[in-house]
Amino acid sequence: MMTGAEILVECLKKENVDVIFGYPGGVLLGIYDTLFDTDIRHILPRHEQGGIHAADGYARATGKVGVCMATSGPGATNLVTGITNAYLDSVPLVVFTGQVPTSLIGGDAFQEADIIGITRPIVKHSYLIKDIKELAPSIKEAFHIARTGRPGPVVIDLPKDVVAAKTKFKYPEKVELLGYNPNYEGHPMQIKKLLKALESAKKPVVYMGGGVRISGATKELVEFVEKINLPVISSFMGLGGFPGDHPNFIGWLGMHGNYASNMAMTETDFIIAIGTRFSDRSTGRLDGFAPNAKIAHIDIDPASISKNVVIDIPIVGDCKVVLDQMSKYLGDYNWDRRAKERESWLKQIKAWDSEHPFSYKRSNRVIKPQFVVEKIYEVTKGDAIICTEVGQNQMWAGQFYKFKDHRQFISSGGLGTMGFGFPAAIGAKIGRPEKEVFDIAGDGSFLMNVQEICTAVQYRVGVKVAILNNKFLGMIRQWQSLFYNNRYSYSCLECQPDFLKLAESYGCPAFRAEKPEDVEPILREAMKIKDLPVLMDFVVDREENVFPMVPAGAALNEMILGD
Amino acid sequence: MRHIISVLVENKFGVLSRVAGLFSGRGYNIESLSVNTTHDPRFSVMTIVTSGDERIIEQIIKQLRKLINVIKVRDVTPMDHIEREMMLVKVHATSKTRPDIFNIVNTFRGKVVDITGESLIVEITGTDDKNKAFLKVLEPYGIIEVIKTGFVAIARGSKATPDYSKTS
Repeated sequence: MMTGAEILVECLKKENVDVIFGYPGGVLLGIYDTLFDTDIRHILPRHEQGGIHAADGYARATGKVGVCMATSGPGATNLVTGITNAYLDSVPLVVFTGQVPTSLIGGDAFQEADIIGITRPIVKHSYLIKDIKELAPSIKEAFHIARTGRPGPVVIDLPKDVVAAKTKFKYPEKVELLGYNPNYEGHPMQIKKLLKALESAKKPVVYMGGGVRISGATKELVEFVEKINLPVISSFMGLGGFPGDHPNFIGWLGMHGNYASNMAMTETDFIIAIGTRFSDRSTGRLDGFAPNAKIAHIDIDPASISKNVVIDIPIVGDCKVVLDQMSKYLGDYNWDRRAKERESWLKQIKAWDSEHPFSYKRSNRVIKPQFVVEKIYEVTKGDAIICTEVGQNQMWAGQFYKFKDHRQFISSGGLGTMGFGFPAAIGAKIGRPEKEVFDIAGDGSFLMNVQEICTAVQYRVGVKVAILNNKFLGMIRQWQSLFYNNRYSYSCLECQPDFLKLAESYGCPAFRAEKPEDVEPILREAMKIKDLPVLMDFVVDREENVFPMVPAGAALNEMILGD
Repeated sequence: MRHIISVLVENKFGVLSRVAGLFSGRGYNIESLSVNTTHDPRFSVMTIVTSGDERIIEQIIKQLRKLINVIKVRDVTPMDHIEREMMLVKVHATSKTRPDIFNIVNTFRGKVVDITGESLIVEITGTDDKNKAFLKVLEPYGIIEVIKTGFVAIARGSKATPDYSKTS
């Protein structure tokens, strides 16, 4: 016989969980007492939100399921943002929440919250364990659901008495869920339809999203693209899924994507969309999106197909598997027929890119934020894991760092969660200690989970935080500048801490750069510090904007190009 | 357009709120929802009446299929099917009007299940059209209260509506 707490720990071992990001509380004491004697590493964040973002960053960097835990009531509700964040970006998480004893549920007990009800719209699935016998099978199912199909967060709510109860431990070998059977292989007929349409397309593009990264389909995609010589456009979430320095890579499209991608998307006659949900940030105004194109869409989530954009050739399946299937049929089609047209199409796109590449006005006097990102790219040789906060910093990171690996870019795409990047970087570094991990941050976002410096110092997590400090909520200020007549309503962060002193008070080394020539030496200095977090405060041009920009409600070819 | 969607689900707590929450969270309307267990107590069937254009209905069906506890989803509307809703109608009835109302009830194949000096209660089952027609005819007498069960629908023929032959 084992207690629920012991069973929980055994299940985690069976699932090869090596790290939990958790915060104890009254109803979790039994579990924490059991954890005390195990080899499973436990990371104590300073806020539950920090814990779940760290689990999220860990999952994205390693490809494993992230695990986090919080107590009932306020502990659980502090996870809500992190759960939503993982849900929108399809990140596999198993989230354990404590719950008051079953006898008290519904009685408004101390630290009681209906977390199953609260999280219902933001989870892939959830369990309230009312009987100890359900515990092991539910955990088995939860890990299975979190990591298969379109990944996502699963919540398991654990009443205190259930965790204390005893039963015989038996971990099920198989999961059988009547209503859950993700489809990995694409329908051959549909695949042939796609290839037939591609064969006669004059200006085809591949439009890839986060699904390519999640399924790890980079190699398959590169092979496919090279055989037919197709231009590849990424969504923001797709960055890294296709090598950023590959000659067929055009860039990313949408609100702050590059000119060439947005123009190509407007001109194309055939889109092969792979693992993307056609987010409004990517498509711009829908009736102006790819007006001349037939669209084929490969996605593991049938509900993503024709949700926002009407699809002509739907293929339900895993990106990697379907790309593999496509390669098998490639020889049946005549790719020479349109080879010349595809060549000149690619040339035209490249010409667009040379006309309007990502660029900025350089300066010898003031630090340009884009310059900082470029320097980070240089000193890390393009090899670091880059996490971002949300806003201008995030867009500049996407624009000026070239990603080549599918687990290299970690950013809150769907929810746009300020405060995500730093804890996510901690989680990423814990999962991949051999990698250099940066959080490219804004001063506003960084302050939202600044308390996690403590966590990074305590566990000697050597993450680098590069704050692009403009004393503004930069993206808000940019919109106010462009669309609200420069009325900077409550977007100025004039009062902010001295980041150096703040970091030092936590025991975290810190540097400040105020002139462009300081940037590189500070980065190199920071890179020498391995077993502590490092904070770098880059005092940047306060009113720098992110360009190009597709204004909200405009079509992709209606970009503001800036200076 | 009005659609009737039949949803076979696992008979577990919380499933109804997941289904209903999917509609409210994504801004779809539920016109009627009826649910109960099937002959196999492991399963329940929800019959949901909703409306929207083809794309919305397609999304509703796809989103329902994503729920882990949902086993099968069928749009019954285009199928040859039988649909029924039961109503209990309380209507003003005096000794003078009572025979007329009885006649109407008989014509619509309803049943009078309670009578007082001033009112009576009719139990009636039918399609949306029939039930609406019945209420329209009764209206002049003074309808006091109408309670409806919501619709249930089943496909004609020997196959189950949401085919759950593979579920056992």
